[in-house]
Amino acid sequence: MAMDEIYEILEELRPEFDFRKSENFVEDGFLDSFDIVSIISMVEEKYGINIDGLDILPENFETAAAIAALIKKSGGNI
Amino acid sequence: MKAKFNGKRITGILGLLPKEVGYFDDEVDNYTFPPKQTMRLKKVMGFEKHRLSKESSTASEFCIYGLNYLLDNGKIGREEIGAIIVVSLSPDYFVPHISNIIHGECDLPEDVLCMDIPQGCCGYLLGLMQSFLLLDIMKEKKIVLCNVDILSHKVSRKDRNDFPLIGDAACISIIENSEDPDDIYFRLYTDGKQRNSLIIPAGGFAMPCTDETAVMKVLEDGNCRSLNNLHMDGTGVFNFVQVNIPPMLENMLEETGIKKEEIDYYLFHQPNKFMLKKLADKIQVPYEKMFMNIVENFGNSSGVSIPINIVYNLPQQMVKEKYTCCLSAFGSGLTWGAIIMKLGNMDFCEMIETEL
Repeated sequence: MAMDEIYEILEELRPEFDFRKSENFVEDGFLDSFDIVSIISMVEEKYGINIDGLDILPENFETAAAIAALIKKSGGNI
Repeated sequence: MKAKFNGKRITGILGLLPKEVGYFDDEVDNYTFPPKQTMRLKKVMGFEKHRLSKESSTASEFCIYGLNYLLDNGKIGREEIGAIIVVSLSPDYFVPHISNIIHGECDLPEDVLCMDIPQGCCGYLLGLMQSFLLLDIMKEKKIVLCNVDILSHKVSRKDRNDFPLIGDAACISIIENSEDPDDIYFRLYTDGKQRNSLIIPAGGFAMPCTDETAVMKVLEDGNCRSLNNLHMDGTGVFNFVQVNIPPMLENMLEETGIKKEEIDYYLFHQPNKFMLKKLADKIQVPYEKMFMNIVENFGNSSGVSIPINIVYNLPQQMVKEKYTCCLSAFGSGLTWGAIIMKLGNMDFCEMIETEL
């Protein structure tokens, strides 16, 4: 369920990619630095959190699980 | 590098902007990304409009226009000038230097020292440091510090990651000796291992511009640019800023004994709104003390963004009173640094526009 919420965000952002088939969104070229900025903005708004600047690293956006972990670490209820 | 100066002050700042305005909404279709996705960045990054100089305009023309304005309006006299320092990444030529061109066109005396410093986002900090050092031997003479960049000429208009951010501008600051005893604290650091995070690959002796370097290609990040264009590794630079700036400021405050609350304004380089918000959150500075509105109004003008920030946000305040300010910048090199100093009681602090 939590993963579905993440995939919804990713699919809204980049509908041209099948994120569920990717093992690494960054390496596969699905997300660039500006997509990461957009994801942060979207999850901060959705979960009412503030992601620490030090956590804005590519490895925290490589998979849906990594993004979910970051949301949890930032105090989000997911 | 750590240094402490005193008995120096900035007595005037003139900002110069090209009149032409580029609007983000009009540029969205130039990019290879879906417009909806690109528009999402507008609010987050602060993409709204930016100033673009004409293709035919040069950095020296901005400085000459500004210095003539100051000379014609009696803000400074030719005989008062001890040195012209130009900090820029936008040289007219390899030779002669921009400062030499200004010297000739503004008919300055032969004993005026001319110096160009190639430096990017930390250009205002480095220019001030060099000015303070020179003033120790210049005594009653004044330093004319010109920060100028017209990097829009070097950014691909089809590069969504770089073009919306960039803006052209120039600023002329007058620096002079003063009986004011206030200390000025200076810090500047470099990590040359990360130098390629901000790069214009072709154009120097290492890779001269050729027909091949001018070929536009859609790259891995989906943007279209050539080797002649400026490119920034956004994630790398963002992380470098978040890792290095907060501890540098914390250490600086601790070493100088200045409390965070005693700083009236945090006048930072303006890369984009998102990065500045994250930085303000991290160092726990209220947004009203750290302006973040330069990119949305004018674009990021590299080493010119701090004086543009001052002239745009505090024009009256800088003439009437004096404030404790923390200036900080970070960018190409990669370089980062800060100055804590009193700013204010200036003779002038204003912005003008040019047709350049």
